[in-house]
Amino acid sequence: MKLFKFSQSRSLWMMHFCTGCGAVELPPTMTSRFDMERFGIMPMATPRQSDLLLITGYLTIKTLKRVVRAYEQMPTPRYVIGFGSCTINGGMYWDSYNVIKKLELYIPVDLYINGCMPRPEAIIDAFLKLREMIAKGEANAWKKYIENYEWYKKNQSEVFDVEKWSVKK
Amino acid sequence: MSILYFFLYLLLVTIVGLLYMGVARKVTAHVQNRYGPPIYQPILDVLKLFGKKDAASHGVMHTLGPVIAYTGIGATLLFLPLGNHTPLLHFNGDLFVVLYLLVVGPLGMALGAGESANSNATIGIARALSMMLGYEIIFFMATLPVFYANHTASIYKVILAQGTFPKWAAIMYPISFIAGLFAVQGLLGEKPFELVIAPHEIASGPMVEYGGKFLGFLQIWHAVGIIVETGLFVDIFFGPQNILWFFVGTFFVFLASVLVNAVMPRFRIEQAVRFYWGIPLLFAILGILQVYLWR
Repeated sequence: MKLFKFSQSRSLWMMHFCTGCGAVELPPTMTSRFDMERFGIMPMATPRQSDLLLITGYLTIKTLKRVVRAYEQMPTPRYVIGFGSCTINGGMYWDSYNVIKKLELYIPVDLYINGCMPRPEAIIDAFLKLREMIAKGEANAWKKYIENYEWYKKNQSEVFDVEKWSVKK
Repeated sequence: MSILYFFLYLLLVTIVGLLYMGVARKVTAHVQNRYGPPIYQPILDVLKLFGKKDAASHGVMHTLGPVIAYTGIGATLLFLPLGNHTPLLHFNGDLFVVLYLLVVGPLGMALGAGESANSNATIGIARALSMMLGYEIIFFMATLPVFYANHTASIYKVILAQGTFPKWAAIMYPISFIAGLFAVQGLLGEKPFELVIAPHEIASGPMVEYGGKFLGFLQIWHAVGIIVETGLFVDIFFGPQNILWFFVGTFFVFLASVLVNAVMPRFRIEQAVRFYWGIPLLFAILGILQVYLWR
């Protein structure tokens, strides 16, 4: 059991949902300048294979549907990092009519990186912090989604048609 | 007793294969001027995948697919001698059994990925099966002279028949050896023949709908596959070695493949098959002519 927990903290496969401007910061984080693969973090192609969902920047209502669907496809335990001010309070889109302001209302978030944009150092720092949290068993946001499923679905249904976009269990 | 021996053998090969994958990632990282993960990283990845709480399945065949693939490659191990160690099964003609068993892996994955009805998976499967027309033919034609010259179709006998250093098949039949190296690159699925997986293009192809434990099975399938494919090549071309030198041999064949992989782009499917039917086929035919004319 301890071994599984250790391996979960040391091997994080990431799906970066790059709809926002934060996507620009990820190529330097992956490649030779900052090299996140030395911490066992790799980008993966599909939600089924990944453990970590990285929401880079603002989410419009249209992309939120896809994010929720991708999140529900990921096998548990799964982790979410909200990236940039936009996921915390809307950031510079605070009065936009079609951008969601708080990511927390729709999917549970383990960790936020603030800033607009956060530098690659901040991203690496967040990964190391998440790794620590997993090793201690504190990264339990995915349990919140299962326990408060109705609450999340209620919030989601206020902005889009939940029936059409949820993964059927 | 021999069942226990087989499982120990499978465990050893799986772990060594995973370490090879780790070395591949480290070497690729160094080529790209990075540090790269520790070499035991793939072992942690597999442990993590097996530790996942759930994994989505799309039906019975989707669940069985990775198991069939791993069983197929495990069955190949029965016939694969580690250097000069006697394999669990050997008889005259076991080369053909091995060539059939090598197809079971991709076929299992094809059956499994087919049920997920994902279009990326279907494209990946179509590519995997078309690629076989390329490398399987070359691999068989490249190894044919060695078996022809030694008048046997048993892998174990062909190893013993070769003798030590200057009598290696790699030195006696250098043209076939080069053709074999081309085929191994395709067998391993490294670039430029990476088009089955192609993560940036078809989202990892057949693996697209697999997650959790299924992906774990596919990882260890790949790990054992590395040893089986390079091991077959080393067995046929480098004669009787002890187990240590056998792993050194497979390691260097794999390393050469990884170094090519690190600097190459990817072929399209028709380019890949056409490439195999060009220069490697010429080398393979010349190799057969050499053994036919000079004996």
